[in-house]
Amino acid sequence: MTRIGNTNKMTAAPAQNLEWKLPSHRKVAVITLILTETALFSIFLVAYLFYMGKSLNQPYPSEILHFPVLATIALLSSSVTIVFSEMALHRGNKPMFYLWWAITIALGSYFLWFTAVEWHHLIFKENFTLATNVFGTTFYSLVGLHASHVIIGLILLSLVFVLGLLGKVGPEHAEHIEMISWYWHFVDAIWIVVATVVYIISIRY
Amino acid sequence: IFVVVTGMMIFVVWKFRRRGPADDEVEPAQIYGSTHIEMAWTVVPIIITFVLILVTSRTIGEIQNRVMPENALKIRVVGHQWWWEVHYKDYNIITANEIHVPRSDRTGPGERPTEIILESADVIHSFWVPQLAGKTDLIPNKRNRTWIEPFVTGTFFGNCAEYCGTQHANMLLRVIVQEPEDFERWAKQMQAPVQIPTEPLAAQGRKDFYANSCVTCHRIDGTTAEGVFGPDLTKLMTRQTIGAGVAPLNPETLRQWVRNPQSLKTGCLMPDMKLSENEVDAITAYLLTLK
Amino acid sequence: MNSESVDENYELPPPQKIGEERGSLTRIIQELVFTVDHKKLGMMYIGSGLLFFVVAGIMAVFIRIQLAVPRNHFVEPEVYNRLFTMHGTVMVFLVGMPMIFGFANYLVPLMIGARDMAFPRLNAFGFWVFFFSGLLLFFSYFGAPGLYAAGSAPDVGWFAYSPLTAKAFSRGHSTDYWTLSILLGGIGSIATSLNIIVTIFCMRCKGMILGRMPLFVWIFLVVAFLVIIALPPLSACQIMLILDRYFGAKFFDTQAGGSAVLWQHFFWIFGHPEVYILMVPGFGIASEVIPVFSRKPIFGYPVMVAATVMIGFISLGVWAHHMFSIGMTSIGNTFFAISTLLVAIPTGIKIFNWIGTMYGGKLRFELPMLFCLAFLFQFLIAGLTGVMLAIAPFDWQLTDSYFVVAHFHYVLIGGLLYTLFAGIYYWYPKALGKMPNFKLGLWHFILFTIGFQMTFVPQHFSGFLGMPRRIYTYDAGRGWELWNMISSIGVIFQIAGVLFFVVNLIYSYVKGKKAGDDPWDAWTLEWATTSPPPHYNFETLPEIRSRRPLWDLKHPDDPDWKYE
Ligand code: HEA
Ligand code: HEA
Ligand code: HEC
Ligand code: CUA
Ligand SMILES: [Cu+2]
Repeated sequence: MTRIGNTNKMTAAPAQNLEWKLPSHRKVAVITLILTETALFSIFLVAYLFYMGKSLNQPYPSEILHFPVLATIALLSSSVTIVFSEMALHRGNKPMFYLWWAITIALGSYFLWFTAVEWHHLIFKENFTLATNVFGTTFYSLVGLHASHVIIGLILLSLVFVLGLLGKVGPEHAEHIEMISWYWHFVDAIWIVVATVVYIISIRY
Repeated sequence: IFVVVTGMMIFVVWKFRRRGPADDEVEPAQIYGSTHIEMAWTVVPIIITFVLILVTSRTIGEIQNRVMPENALKIRVVGHQWWWEVHYKDYNIITANEIHVPRSDRTGPGERPTEIILESADVIHSFWVPQLAGKTDLIPNKRNRTWIEPFVTGTFFGNCAEYCGTQHANMLLRVIVQEPEDFERWAKQMQAPVQIPTEPLAAQGRKDFYANSCVTCHRIDGTTAEGVFGPDLTKLMTRQTIGAGVAPLNPETLRQWVRNPQSLKTGCLMPDMKLSENEVDAITAYLLTLK
Repeated sequence: MNSESVDENYELPPPQKIGEERGSLTRIIQELVFTVDHKKLGMMYIGSGLLFFVVAGIMAVFIRIQLAVPRNHFVEPEVYNRLFTMHGTVMVFLVGMPMIFGFANYLVPLMIGARDMAFPRLNAFGFWVFFFSGLLLFFSYFGAPGLYAAGSAPDVGWFAYSPLTAKAFSRGHSTDYWTLSILLGGIGSIATSLNIIVTIFCMRCKGMILGRMPLFVWIFLVVAFLVIIALPPLSACQIMLILDRYFGAKFFDTQAGGSAVLWQHFFWIFGHPEVYILMVPGFGIASEVIPVFSRKPIFGYPVMVAATVMIGFISLGVWAHHMFSIGMTSIGNTFFAISTLLVAIPTGIKIFNWIGTMYGGKLRFELPMLFCLAFLFQFLIAGLTGVMLAIAPFDWQLTDSYFVVAHFHYVLIGGLLYTLFAGIYYWYPKALGKMPNFKLGLWHFILFTIGFQMTFVPQHFSGFLGMPRRIYTYDAGRGWELWNMISSIGVIFQIAGVLFFVVNLIYSYVKGKKAGDDPWDAWTLEWATTSPPPHYNFETLPEIRSRRPLWDLKHPDDPDWKYE
């Protein structure tokens, strides 16, 4: 039998005892999930940017938006505290793990609370809703999409916390916890982009 | 390209078909690939593609960036579900569904292309007269532009080419290209004030027209009929068709339309006005005087 | 959900007799509803895809009857508009998508030597979400009467351009059913694709490095990534539409400064990758079938992989070629024309490589091969008409005309559907253990090909003659009558062809010859197990050392791995 081809070199049989290692299911899944979420967010971001300055009626961003300093600090620092928490877990220091974990939850909840207050103000004091103008439409959908992700993140965080207190979280769940923290970092990173676009760039309009 | 590749395919398939079961035992030579061949059939398409790209870019530029001469005829077309509103601003003419333009010369003083501004009052439509120009969409909240420059006279058929709802199929359009003199004559006729009918039936029809709510949707120049939801009826009888091309315009179809437009063009946005037969006759008679 | 599936990866569940699974009807239904087995789900995907295909095909038959003669009164305009909207939507989202996911589900784990998908329950979730979205779409026929009774099924076209979908222009609830169904289907597709990616990365059997995966698997890796990136824009714009329709949001409200073009951008950012999501799996099937029936390995494996990845990338940047007529700047038009033309290069490479594979081989004209040959030919035409459309000035003339209809039926039927038929015939013996009947299949092939050509070749001409698409009727005298008549007659042959296909599926199952484990003498792993494969897929797995593990087994004296 003849064989022709540019790969026509006699290679040795591949090593039989080749080490067979595959990436972890969860890591690949979470990375993929983050990828698809990023695509989702980009569309809403593009919609926001596209409609910047295109509203036909008041209010405009410059009139009603204020940069949420405290909330942003809270959310960003929660990304740090969750890392502390993980480090504690690695050292096997359970109490510290729970402490930092609880602080993370608290910071996240503060962020959510702040958003709720902001929206309450906008809706009831400023009469500014989803249906007011294209700014309202894109603002609520973008910030709302992010907030809904914060909520999902908080639910996951609390789940770990509660299950942990019930003694159901063991060392075999280290990877679960790592994945949740990845997701949380992602939610934070998105906030940086969203906040920049909404509260810094668009405030000029 | 098609011929070459198909030829290759037929050749290969013919040459290497199985030659009977005896053949089966031996497997053919196992070829895995060849860098040289791969290179060859990558480079050839790249070259073809490159040429296509150059031609395309040039043509796009030529068509889109054409500068209109000073004297170009400017018209504005507004798309409606399911008819066309046509404005000749410089001539102060409003009409519908049929566009009259002068013939143009390739060069010289007779060169007179038509520039068309396209807008929409509701959903997206698309302006297409296959023999005169490619499509350009009519998009609400956006102003598009296209141009045509016919060198021969005649009637050219067009359609709305973006799906816009129930009667998208009957959103037809005609472009009537005339010698420049004929075009000016047509414009004169369109500008002339409408006559108030003297014939009794038509006069009655005129009353009925204003008594019914026709005026809320239709406009007749120089009268209190100022609706803009439906087509301008000022010079209705100068048109060749009714209902954006569903039927030729003649007394019968006009009567049928007035009696119940839905029977001619189901789903169109003019409701059945539920007129009595007398009213129908009268209004039809009145509309027939609009020319 | 996932911890068990990881651990049980290499451990054999107790062998189970296939016969035991047969039972009373309730047992079967129970099985179907609760199963998480990737093979059953795969067949369920394909089965429901075929069901929807026949339904949408019957809609197409109505369309062709209506258009056979000018000024026909077979259906009302509203009904016609619903027909083509439902036909397009169903064909793309409820036929194309589930069929390809069905193949992925059934074959990817088998080809990489895994016991199941990475997340079996997520897999079942994906299927049921898809199935429910289909039911939701069809329920609109009963559930959506609105003003003027203008409700009923959606009638906004399969890409549903705004503002036609706004409350003001689309009363009743039909559009709501449409958008909810698409949103739901999108979630299912994303879930399934995530599953495919994880499966491919994390469940390959020993020795199956990425470079040794069958092309089919590579292709699904690319497709799954495309879904992951391209479907969220679709979901996003459905969410926007829902907000618009229910909460008065202004995304597409042109009265409030909203843009009508934004929807088009978002939709086609999804829409163009989508057409490759549909077509590339077809390439995958061809890349398995053509080598096996030419008795040669695929020509230029690495180049094929590279070309697939290239197609994936380029396809993300060409969307506005569906929008040449919206009045973009000349720069925008030129950019999208160029990027679209670039796609011809990797696609051409693929075509040439398939021909190269056949060159010097010994072609066996079995059913799968016949369909693949027709696919090559038809896809070539389709691709060239696509390239014509990519040339913007050409497209201004031809967009939204029957020329486009002809183009995409050539890719979708001549390309996708033909490879799906090939795939079904090719893996039928594996999945059901019986050989498909050759005679019936040949009739299917001949009739369907004649019908298909008769239906869609004339549409190129009517497109050139200026016939716009989506019109329920037309006037005589513009030269379209003859072409439409031929086109409608062609459908009769297609119906006959499809009937032969359905009969063949059933007949062969009941009466077909028993197929051995490896009836086609093929080389990929799925043929190493029994037909149909047991619940746990493989008893033992060979050590993978090359791209064609079974070739190595069959030719121990001359294995592939010496040459790769
Ligand atoms: C299976 C799906 C599929 C596939 C694979 C394709 C493939 C291609 N399509 Fe198509 N397309 C659709 C499905 C598909 N399309 C659908 C559904 C629509 C309509 C949507 C709607 O409006 O409803 C559409 C519409 C559509 C349009 C918009 C038309 C319009 O509405 O105005 C355009 C324009 O550029 C286009 C172009 C192309 C191109 C360039 C390719 C290329 O990928 C083709 C590449 C292949 C080849 C070129 C052949 C092989 C190559 C060689 C042999 C090499 C040598 C050749 C050269 C160098 C030229 N397609
Ligand atoms: C995978 C995709 C796919 C497939 C396979 C098809 C298949 C067919 N399509 Fe379709 N089509 C689309 C995708 C597809 N189409 C899309 C996306 C659109 C655009 C929609 C839009 O504009 O929004 C479109 C639009 C479209 C139009 C244009 C409508 C218009 O613009 O006005 C036409 C017109 O001829 C048409 C015809 C056909 C025909 C005749 C077939 C045939 O090949 C169908 C063959 C199948 C059958 C004939 C079934 C036969 C089976 C039986 C009859 C069995 C007997 C039944 C029992 C015993 C119960 N299609
Ligand atoms: C609700 C608004 C409305 C009312 C009221 C109305 N029309 Fe119309 N009319 C329309 C619309 C919209 C069209 C365009 C229909 C189309 O072509 O799709 C039209 C078209 C017409 C046409 C055809 C014009 C052409 O050039 O094709 C005539 C004639 C006409 N209307 C006469 C009348 C008369 C007479 C009355 C009163 C008895 C009337 N209309 C009342 C909305 C209305
Ligand atoms: Cu207007 Cu279609
Ligand atoms: Cu495309």
